[in-house]
Amino acid sequence: MDARVTNEVNYPAAGLDRGIGAAPRDKIVDVSVENVVRLFGATAALHGVSLDITAGELVALLGPSGSGKTTLLRILAGLDVPTAGRVLFDGEDALKLTVQERNVGLVFQNYALFRHMTVLENIGFGLRVRPHERRPSRKEIKRRALELLDFVQLSGLEKRYPSQLSGGQRQRVAFARALAIEPRLLLLDEPFGALDAKVRRDLRRWLREIHDKTGHTTVFVTHDQEEALELADRVVVMSEGKIEQIGTPDQIYDDPNSPFVFSFIGESSVLPVNIEQGKIWLDGHALDLPADDVPSGEARLYFRPHDVVVSDELAGAIPGEILAFRRHGGTRRVDLEVSGRDRIEIELPADFSHGLSGWLGIRPRRYRLFPASEASAS
Amino acid sequence: MADVAVSPSVVLSLRGPSVTTEKPAVRVTLIVISVIFLGVFLLLPLAAVFVEAFRAGVGAYFAAITEPDALSAIKLTLLVAAIAVPSNVIFGLAASWAIAKFEFRGKSVLNSLIDLPFSVSPVISGLIYVLLFGAQGYFGPFLRSEGIQIIFALPGIVLATIFVTFPFVARELVPLMQEQGTQDEEAALSLGASGWKTFFKVTLPNIRWALLYGVVLCNARAMGEFGAVSVVSGHIRGKTNTMPLHVEILYNEYNFAAAFAVASLLALLALVTLVIKITLEWRYADQIVASRRH
Amino acid sequence: MAGARGLALKRPSAIPGFGLALGFTLTYLSLIVLIPLAGLVLKSATLGFSGFWDVVTGPRTLAALELSFFTSLAAATVNAVFGVIIAWVLIRYRFPGRRLLDAFVDLPFALPTAVAGIALTAIYAPNGWIGSLLDPFGIKVAYTRFGIAIALIFIGLPFVVRTVQPVLEEFDRELEEASATLGANRRQTVFRVMLPSLMPAILTGFALALARAVGEYGSVIFIAGNMPFYSEIAPLLIIIRLEEFGYAQAAAIGTAMLLISFGLLLFVHLVQAWQRRRFGNG
Repeated sequence: MDARVTNEVNYPAAGLDRGIGAAPRDKIVDVSVENVVRLFGATAALHGVSLDITAGELVALLGPSGSGKTTLLRILAGLDVPTAGRVLFDGEDALKLTVQERNVGLVFQNYALFRHMTVLENIGFGLRVRPHERRPSRKEIKRRALELLDFVQLSGLEKRYPSQLSGGQRQRVAFARALAIEPRLLLLDEPFGALDAKVRRDLRRWLREIHDKTGHTTVFVTHDQEEALELADRVVVMSEGKIEQIGTPDQIYDDPNSPFVFSFIGESSVLPVNIEQGKIWLDGHALDLPADDVPSGEARLYFRPHDVVVSDELAGAIPGEILAFRRHGGTRRVDLEVSGRDRIEIELPADFSHGLSGWLGIRPRRYRLFPASEASAS
Repeated sequence: MADVAVSPSVVLSLRGPSVTTEKPAVRVTLIVISVIFLGVFLLLPLAAVFVEAFRAGVGAYFAAITEPDALSAIKLTLLVAAIAVPSNVIFGLAASWAIAKFEFRGKSVLNSLIDLPFSVSPVISGLIYVLLFGAQGYFGPFLRSEGIQIIFALPGIVLATIFVTFPFVARELVPLMQEQGTQDEEAALSLGASGWKTFFKVTLPNIRWALLYGVVLCNARAMGEFGAVSVVSGHIRGKTNTMPLHVEILYNEYNFAAAFAVASLLALLALVTLVIKITLEWRYADQIVASRRH
Repeated sequence: MAGARGLALKRPSAIPGFGLALGFTLTYLSLIVLIPLAGLVLKSATLGFSGFWDVVTGPRTLAALELSFFTSLAAATVNAVFGVIIAWVLIRYRFPGRRLLDAFVDLPFALPTAVAGIALTAIYAPNGWIGSLLDPFGIKVAYTRFGIAIALIFIGLPFVVRTVQPVLEEFDRELEEASATLGANRRQTVFRVMLPSLMPAILTGFALALARAVGEYGSVIFIAGNMPFYSEIAPLLIIIRLEEFGYAQAAAIGTAMLLISFGLLLFVHLVQAWQRRRFGNG
């Protein structure tokens, strides 16, 4: 867990082959996004987004559709141009470089493999189209392509066509193809979105390994928070063209700084409360939970279903009337009604025993309070 | 707020990034090449028809198209179309009903057979009937003894025209009806409608635009067919000449203005056909599945 | 009919009319297509194989078949090149008059062949609009093989354009983007990524244009000159043999032409099957 949080460049550990695939030290870049705005007509896909990525980091752009994450990725790739703002690679203006000049590796959700070329030809494509001065010999291209194929663990498939491969295999070929050009930056657009759940999980692990071996600065876009939290060194949570929060997976999960992030990441239960005299009031009676620094007035109490302590003692706790019990994998879910109108869900160990009706006193172990004005209708 | 620098590449791109399109100079060049090519190969001949038609003056133009042989050519053309097109419509409806509503072996063979005339030269399309019904054909003696004239008469012309044009209606109906499936008909039947009622009240309305489309194409080809009809017709002025054949006769007699005058009528028909075709494609694209297939 | 229906149908159906519809269809096809075509083949068979071979490989016939085939080949090639350009321009670019131009591409399908024939002759004759421009340079178009090719270009153009257009329209832009990110410039993307992918459609259009051109009569007969061994196309030779009452000979040439057409159709099917196998569907 600690290794992921570090921002140092991860050069392959001793003993691992440092030839093909690994990014040369001088090629991995820092990326700096400064106030990037992207307007489409009157609508803004990006509202002035700023972000700094250290060389060698694996960063996730996480958000629902329409959050602007793909737009940002495409701007980094050069496939889209911002209406305003700057993008810097190692301090140099990247926007004045064409797509071809940026040397960015891009992996698409639907692989975008060239159907009429074999796997080997696909991987070697980026090397074959280089201008004469920089183009390796045909033998060399073939050698490198085979090495990369081996690196992504698909040896033996070089003569196959994309239509003869499974989804997971196609995506690995797409990776190898992107790695072949020795990119300064690796960009992945929902790379596992088109794959089955099991393949997705396997490839997630595989991506982390590849990243640890090669050390490229990598940015990937996803709407799957599980994926982002599991893979990334840092997560950038986006919503409606703005960055909500940037942090490590632990920070994002344990310390969300906005209602959106709280409810988007992990599960959440929400209750409307009132802050008065430094206390939290729910439906007229006070909860014995500290109110933090939230100003007086209407607010929302956010907590996670599994982060609660439950007892029969209702005083000072959130009183919930049991509506239903459910078995959910290895735990129990309880639907409760609070204040006669709000529904919350809590998660308890499977062996929790209680009558099927009655009241429970809920005390969140961890929670956040947000003023009602901040809490969107999420 | 950091300086909002708009990078040069924003200014240079015409409408967003140009990764998936060519440089402006290339685009303009290709457009010009296309326009010139289409202009020379398609527009010029069309224009030539009308220019040459009026070369001898408007009076001569109308004289050419109202002259008795021309009129009988027009009448014959219309008559042939009036027989061939409905006949092919019935065939098209029958064939698409069989293919679209039922599962049977040999469907793909049937489909290939329907497409057959497209791969056959028009001259061969006429030749086969001469071989059957001509004076020295298989049925020649029999027909002569019965006093029936097929070749060098209307029936032969109709047959040859039918051969060349029957795919047009079927090709438009089959894919559409296959796409529409059998649900509507099954629903109607379950509600008590008879087979014919179902056909007229449920099936036909569903396919009416594709049917019209096919009829328009079939008709254009039927009226304009030259090669096949030329072989079976005998070129008897005033009797077995359709409009295209009449054009040929006038042309071979060096009566160019008159030839182009009659030809201009056919060209007008072609333009009207195009207009109807385009209108149907634009308005009812989803109901004319094969419109892009040609 | 119920018995026949039971035999033919794979699955029982509540919908009526199968026997009637299929029966009518098959009868129509037999009478109009199958029997006459059989008659053609039978007639040419009366020559016996060596007789058939002699007719088909006789110098005049051979010249006519070669003329038809090679001028068609040249015309189809021109159509393949310009057809792709025109399809590209119509699908990928936006400019005033584009829709009109698109509609106009279908003109050769709609215009009667005889009309096209005399119009093309008028244009390319030595005193015609274009012919008079070329005549001073000694370039003759009408009444030469060149003229035949021009006419065949006219009638074959829509085949390539209309076959390529839908494929180009559906072309996945992400492939172009991927190619660019890998460092390919636009020219490389077009020629290494896009055109190879379009090749099956281009080949199909080419073959269709070729098949149509080989049998074409009306558009060509006026501009051709019709001199035996030089500018006499195969369909014309069939007519000449018919007028001479050489029915069997005419049938033999016709059968040979049918074989060429069917060969081309088979080629088209094979291309499409190969494409489906190699590239997968869609």
